[in-house]
Amino acid sequence: MEKTDQMKKIRSLFLTFLRIGAFTFGGGYAMIPLIEQETVERTHWIEHEDVLDIIAIAESTPGVIAINTATFVGYKVAGFWGSVAATLGVTIPSLVIICLISLFFEQFVALKWVSYAFAGIRAGVIALILGAAVKLSKYTKRNALNISLLVIAFVLSALFGINAILLILGGLVFGLIWFGLLKKNEKEAAK
Amino acid sequence: MSHLLLLFVTFFKIGLFTIGGGYAMIPLIREEVIGRGWLSAQSLTDFIAVSESTPGPFAVNIATFVGFDTAGLAGALCSTLGVILPSFLIILFVAKFFLTFSKNRWVQAAMGGIRPVVLGLIVGAAYSIASGILVIGSYSGFASLLSIVDWKAVIICVVCCVMQFKFKVKAIPLIGSAAAMGLLLYGVAPLIGW
Repeated sequence: MEKTDQMKKIRSLFLTFLRIGAFTFGGGYAMIPLIEQETVERTHWIEHEDVLDIIAIAESTPGVIAINTATFVGYKVAGFWGSVAATLGVTIPSLVIICLISLFFEQFVALKWVSYAFAGIRAGVIALILGAAVKLSKYTKRNALNISLLVIAFVLSALFGINAILLILGGLVFGLIWFGLLKKNEKEAAK
Repeated sequence: MSHLLLLFVTFFKIGLFTIGGGYAMIPLIREEVIGRGWLSAQSLTDFIAVSESTPGPFAVNIATFVGFDTAGLAGALCSTLGVILPSFLIILFVAKFFLTFSKNRWVQAAMGGIRPVVLGLIVGAAYSIASGILVIGSYSGFASLLSIVDWKAVIICVVCCVMQFKFKVKAIPLIGSAAAMGLLLYGVAPLIGW
């Protein structure tokens, strides 16, 4: 019984990440809204809070963010074979589509209408990423401290181009000192 | 070294040394791929543009493209496997560690500081994409405001926001609608003289 349950989860992980791979346009962050909808809201495999942790880990470890995220979610849901299923799932759409495009590369570059559709998609992706941020923010306490950290990270990354890993490291050191050493409201740290 | 093995090793290296994903990897890819004569600078630039018009992670796309272009399907499989393997192995290790210690007081304290920062980074990503797409010229006084903004993109973005926040439209249908609006505004509208 448990074994078939595990198989079901693995198959479902593969199919879900296949869909995520096929509909992620514009890299890592564009994947977040799909991850939210597919793995938190639809299947309840992980919690909203986990999404932020996973992004932090995917962003600050070497490798392709989309693959990092898939491997992590797969592992959390169904162990080693879950991570294999999710990683293969997210990779296969790219592999198939790019092989097809390579065959007709010059014609594809010249296809004006494809570029029009994708200009539209890129504008839509902005809305999607904003939506993911709004959703995720509901699971972080709205106190002065968190809001200041958010604004500082936004300004430093978007306006000053400071590396994301440095900022995550900064958050880590701050968290360790503020919540760990000074033991300021530990409950808050847990949320 | 056979070409297939070289593809695998090269993209393994690219996967391993890319932190922060996607476009952060372009300089390294340029060096390796153009340096080895696998791709001309022009095809790489063309491909980056094409990659923006195809789904999937950029790193996987470019790996598959170079592999397929130089050695067919076997090449595509080798280079793609190469680029995803470092991520896979490292995250497997990290996930095991993180899930074991995630309830630890110090891990919780660190995550308490990291989560708001990650939220800021996500908003930052939306901002960077928006400033690259919605703004197409440089600011030169208040009067230039009208001409430096890509109003069609702004319209699509606003409509998508309304669909999402007000009508709770899900991501995949939203992407479909955005594509349709792109075709309509950039393709059909000029034809009928807008």
